[in-house]
Amino acid sequence: MNVIYTFLRRDWRGLALPLALFALWYAATAFEWVNIKLIVPPEKVLEAGLRYMSGKDFTEALSNSLFRDLSGFALGGIAGILLGLAMGLSRWTEHLVGPTFNTLKHISLFAWLPLISTWLGTDDRAKILFIALCAFYPVALNTFEGVRNIPRAQLEVARVYRFTRWQSLTRLTLPGAAPQILTGLHLALIYAWMGTIGAEFLLLNSGPGLGDTVIKGRQAFNVELIIFGMLSIGLIGALFNRLAAHAETKLLAWRGHRV
Amino acid sequence: MAHAATLEIRSLNKQYQVRGESLPVLDDISLSIRPGEFVSIVGSSGCGKSTLLKLIIGLENDYQGELLLDGKRISGTSLERGIVFQEHRLFPWLTVEQNIGIGLLNNTKLTEAEKRKSVQEHIELVGLQDFAQAYPYQLSGGMSQRVAIARALVNRPEVLLLDEPFGALDAFTRAYLQYELQHIWEKEGITMILVTHDVEEAVYLGDRIVVMQPHPGRIKRIIDVPLARERNRASAEFIAIKEQVLSEFAGETEAEPLVELAADETHQLGYELIPQA
Repeated sequence: MNVIYTFLRRDWRGLALPLALFALWYAATAFEWVNIKLIVPPEKVLEAGLRYMSGKDFTEALSNSLFRDLSGFALGGIAGILLGLAMGLSRWTEHLVGPTFNTLKHISLFAWLPLISTWLGTDDRAKILFIALCAFYPVALNTFEGVRNIPRAQLEVARVYRFTRWQSLTRLTLPGAAPQILTGLHLALIYAWMGTIGAEFLLLNSGPGLGDTVIKGRQAFNVELIIFGMLSIGLIGALFNRLAAHAETKLLAWRGHRV
Repeated sequence: MAHAATLEIRSLNKQYQVRGESLPVLDDISLSIRPGEFVSIVGSSGCGKSTLLKLIIGLENDYQGELLLDGKRISGTSLERGIVFQEHRLFPWLTVEQNIGIGLLNNTKLTEAEKRKSVQEHIELVGLQDFAQAYPYQLSGGMSQRVAIARALVNRPEVLLLDEPFGALDAFTRAYLQYELQHIWEKEGITMILVTHDVEEAVYLGDRIVVMQPHPGRIKRIIDVPLARERNRASAEFIAIKEQVLSEFAGETEAEPLVELAADETHQLGYELIPQA
């Protein structure tokens, strides 16, 4: 009973629009309101998707993309936390690095790709470096702000109890900045995924990946494959988003329930 | 019982720099506090009473004159001196137990087992046994302040400073915590210095009341409170002393110039002072 009640009580409004669009898509193709070569029917996408997923190409593409994404995210995230901490803790570093950092962040991330591919070619090193760059900025910025926003009152508590520098870092700075660091990492996870697909789009002939699948679909005029690729990319992005939100709630339980 | 310290303040002067000009905040403060004494400091905003506590705790170190704890010049913070601020200043990511443990983080005299025992004892001292694992967001203002008191006491400091500790609490909680604080003071036997806006609180808790006046901050008068404890707030003697303290503020009832108050507060926030009009 309880399960059914909870199930019914969930807010289902968010599903209304996707369902309506799906119905429209289905009707438009079923009644041939549109050119079904360009807008293929859903069942064809499903069919193509199932066929593609059962082959080894899909597993390879998916694992390649995820590997690039997570490697870049880890590298960029760690670098971002380190630079954010350094700028947040030391005015000297902030004055040294801050202006450069603030200028460079205005360069559109994708504008880095030609340079990176000139240096490193189009293999995984180039992609991972680019993805790391995508993840780096939000983490560095949010870590910096999180550290700077630690209240003076709490810094005084650390002085009263004679914290060493290490204790200040591990027991005040990091937990105090954790909400913003996690916000930065959450953003980075999304940016890194967009960067992964973008790099696979733009660095052509660079090995299998979900982005590459979509490009191949276009080259072969395989609309089913394009749409299936897009859906997979979107679903994985949404999954990352949910995971990050869940991790934030768990790790920041000490903030109490936020409405 | 912890060792209680003597605090000697001799000709203490303190200025803040305001755009190159020096603004005196404390002017020639001299005060001698006996071991185990409870001294209340009252005064209107801007009289420098919080600055005085900041100097004694060692968060501010730039002063002229002498500030001696058991004959040793005070410089920087020390675990011998504890403080309770107006806001509880607990770390929100730590439980009650862990927050109190922060007090013992750099205590080298106790073993880990003794530290755990001491934390438990202090949780009991402030009556929060059932909340040891609670996070600050789950506590009321009064409970949070009790945790802050336990955190300050867990090191067995020789002197405990209280900077308007109950100022943000409702009247009932305040009265209850005043009562509890007095019992802790009697039990621990340590020196306590309480800064407050609340004259009744000062009379209820203090062996002596130091009345300060602003511009610049200086001691106007020191009033003894020769009443036996537990003090009855409604007794004629209590009310008489309260009236005597209040009469010190007569003629000073004019509202503070806003600029001064703002200056005092912005300094605490670490910004540059607003120049005086």
